[in-house]
Amino acid sequence: MIKNFLYSQKVAPYVFVLPFVLVFIIFWVYPLLSSFGMSFQKVTLGQEASFIGADNYTKLMGDTIFFKAVRNSAVYMILTLLILIPFPMLFAVLINSKAMWGREFFKSSFFFPALTSVVVAGTIFRLMFGEMEGSLINSLLGVFGVEPVKFLKGQTTGFVALVALASWRWMGVNMLYFLYGLKNIPDDYYEAASIDGASAFQRFTRITIPLLKPTTIYVLTISIYAGLAMFIESMMLWNGNNSPKNIGLTIVGYLYRQGIEKNNLGYAAAVGIVLLIITMVINLTQLALSGMFKKEEE
Amino acid sequence: MNTGTLRKILLFAFFSVLCLLILVPFYAVTIASFKPGEDLIRYGLNLRFDLSAMSFDNFVFLFTGEHAYFTWFFNSLLLTAVQVVLTLLVSATVAYGFSAYEFRGKNLLFVCVLLIMMVPFEILLLPLYTLTFNMGLMNSYSAIILPGVAGAATIFFFRQYLRGIPKEMIAAGRVDGANEYAIYARLILPVMKPSFAAMAILNGMNSWNNFLWPFMVLSDENKYTLPIGLKTLLTPYGNNYDLLIVGSFFSILPILVLFLGFQKYFIDGMTAGAVKG
Repeated sequence: MIKNFLYSQKVAPYVFVLPFVLVFIIFWVYPLLSSFGMSFQKVTLGQEASFIGADNYTKLMGDTIFFKAVRNSAVYMILTLLILIPFPMLFAVLINSKAMWGREFFKSSFFFPALTSVVVAGTIFRLMFGEMEGSLINSLLGVFGVEPVKFLKGQTTGFVALVALASWRWMGVNMLYFLYGLKNIPDDYYEAASIDGASAFQRFTRITIPLLKPTTIYVLTISIYAGLAMFIESMMLWNGNNSPKNIGLTIVGYLYRQGIEKNNLGYAAAVGIVLLIITMVINLTQLALSGMFKKEEE
Repeated sequence: MNTGTLRKILLFAFFSVLCLLILVPFYAVTIASFKPGEDLIRYGLNLRFDLSAMSFDNFVFLFTGEHAYFTWFFNSLLLTAVQVVLTLLVSATVAYGFSAYEFRGKNLLFVCVLLIMMVPFEILLLPLYTLTFNMGLMNSYSAIILPGVAGAATIFFFRQYLRGIPKEMIAAGRVDGANEYAIYARLILPVMKPSFAAMAILNGMNSWNNFLWPFMVLSDENKYTLPIGLKTLLTPYGNNYDLLIVGSFFSILPILVLFLGFQKYFIDGMTAGAVKG
């Protein structure tokens, strides 16, 4: 009887998707709801939680370190967007051109950095941007007569190192995404445009950019997410979650500091909810805007 | 020389420079792994190639010294293998459910798959941490494996792939009297094989390099994975560069070898998310 029930075509699909439903409820819905609940409580691991209303949020709004973290994450996200979208797109177009020698070789070597873990890559960059005269970047600067820079002690220079690390790791991957998008643009379009006398630049702006839009939106969406949620890169560069004057502190870093290091879970949960709201608002706005532009073109 | 050749040379030169820039950190870490750790502390990571200061000492220490490096290495291998096999099997099964049947709630459930891809995992860290604590799963590999076992991106990719498999196959299986699960296991799974490679690599890479969540869950040094172990070599009281650099170098090797052998699958796996739904 039970066997017949489980084997019926009506029930089978539910059996197939059951693992997803379980994982979704246990490891996503429940944590998300409990995060939301925790953000209105005072929670310490191993102790009874107590409801404190919106206190965590009110406190958060007056927390200057939190705002420092938000600013850092936002600046990091914007810088990575400015670098990791136009350049990979341009490189993809160039590498895709018929005049390119050794395309496959360049494609793979650009991809290499993505194979390294953040721990390893972060360590390498920390040492490259070390403050000694002899460390890689400073010795290069020395060639041009520049005094050694204490990269990881300053806000701007620290961000140079952070963004360099991100660019190094993701340039090749984003380039692959754009190459993938380029494959879907028929050659006829370019030929027709050439016959009509369009210059290479015009072909790039009138054909390539608009037709790469789905890929660009995809890369934009994941980059916004990755930029705002960045943490380990900073943790590795500064060898811990405490950078001088919090120059490398990010939103997730602050969540980690409050939740894990200070065992202040309710407050940390509020940080998480704010991050969720920021990410959702930015991404939904971005998706809505790109959809709106689409309608205008039609 | 005509403009066509000039353009080729310029393009090639441009990409060669870019390529050199990208490979510099690899070069630096490679030569550093042959230098004593003190050198790093004194001079920092640099490009100086000085044979007199270089030796195999670090490698000897890596392979014969007293440290937990290879415990971490094999933990990482084991965890990666288990995670890849489980995630692929579970995700493929779920994807089959989504693609082979029409059922109530299907669309809603699939929206949930997409939703997972949009919520930053980081905000779930703390509730997952307390959940793991309350379930008594702290310091266990289950706590690392279970949350990712039905991977959204993997389900998504398999569903795309299954669209290309004719429904007639399923119908034929039913005519032959096979039950729903036998059809999946005997007819469909074998046909899905080619799609497993790309997802195995994507999941394997993520798992091999996974850091934050395992770092929060694991506290026993003998259970550490490689990234966590390497991270612990950096302490506020001084850093063990001898092992750190050679260990970092050695941790890149397996994945690099895999990459060189199975490049196509790496690229398919990485671009899988960009496939339009």
